[in-house]
Amino acid sequence: MLMEVNLDTKRQYEVVFIVDPTADEEVPRLTENFTQVVKDQGGVVTKAETMGKRQLAYEILHHRDGTFVLLAVEGSGREIAELERRMRVNDRVLRYITVRVDEDRRRAEKLKDRRARKAARRPAPGTGPRRGPTMDFADAGE
Amino acid sequence: MSTNYDDRSRGGAYDNDEDQDRRPMGGRGGGRRIHRRRVCRFCIDKVDLIDFKDVRLLQNYLPERGKILPRRISGNCATHQRMLAEAIKRARNIALLPYTTD
Repeated sequence: MLMEVNLDTKRQYEVVFIVDPTADEEVPRLTENFTQVVKDQGGVVTKAETMGKRQLAYEILHHRDGTFVLLAVEGSGREIAELERRMRVNDRVLRYITVRVDEDRRRAEKLKDRRARKAARRPAPGTGPRRGPTMDFADAGE
Repeated sequence: MSTNYDDRSRGGAYDNDEDQDRRPMGGRGGGRRIHRRRVCRFCIDKVDLIDFKDVRLLQNYLPERGKILPRRISGNCATHQRMLAEAIKRARNIALLPYTTD
């Protein structure tokens, strides 16, 4: 079966990479660099955020901590290939991960919609007209 | 290999009574403590997306050994357990969470 890949649609990715903590001052330059790479390939970096230095859960290349940087990328997918290649060859980048988020976000949106519709169809319990036996004390005195 | 999780699937059928914690033991493997099956936390909070960067949240489902907490303990629904497992695996990949701890 041939998978049809539509390169026209915008895809959203989240790229997180870890920078060597001894090269901390290079983080802005690296981020700048990668942003340019994405741009050159026709993508857009919608968010570039340094998550700060934190301890690694396990040792990577004899490092116990690293600086985490998050990039939110939008594009066709081609820029990811180039970006990952650049990160792979860069010694300062200890590790990276790319996650495609648009599909999951769409799915989340759908679930939210469905929940909203469900809530609209059936109002919240306790707000509707009261059911069950009603007590009438109007003529209780007689 | 033995885990220190209490296996609810054995030892017969239990209903979802409120005070299930101290219920007389029946069937095989008597003497283990029984966890109360709770409902899915994510369903209650209406979570549609579990972010792999949310270490605080994910850590709740990673006991000391670093293994993913099974559904029968946490009470998560299948959908959310799947999302959670995926997020934990991603977090492990970039060293936000450990694969193992000893």
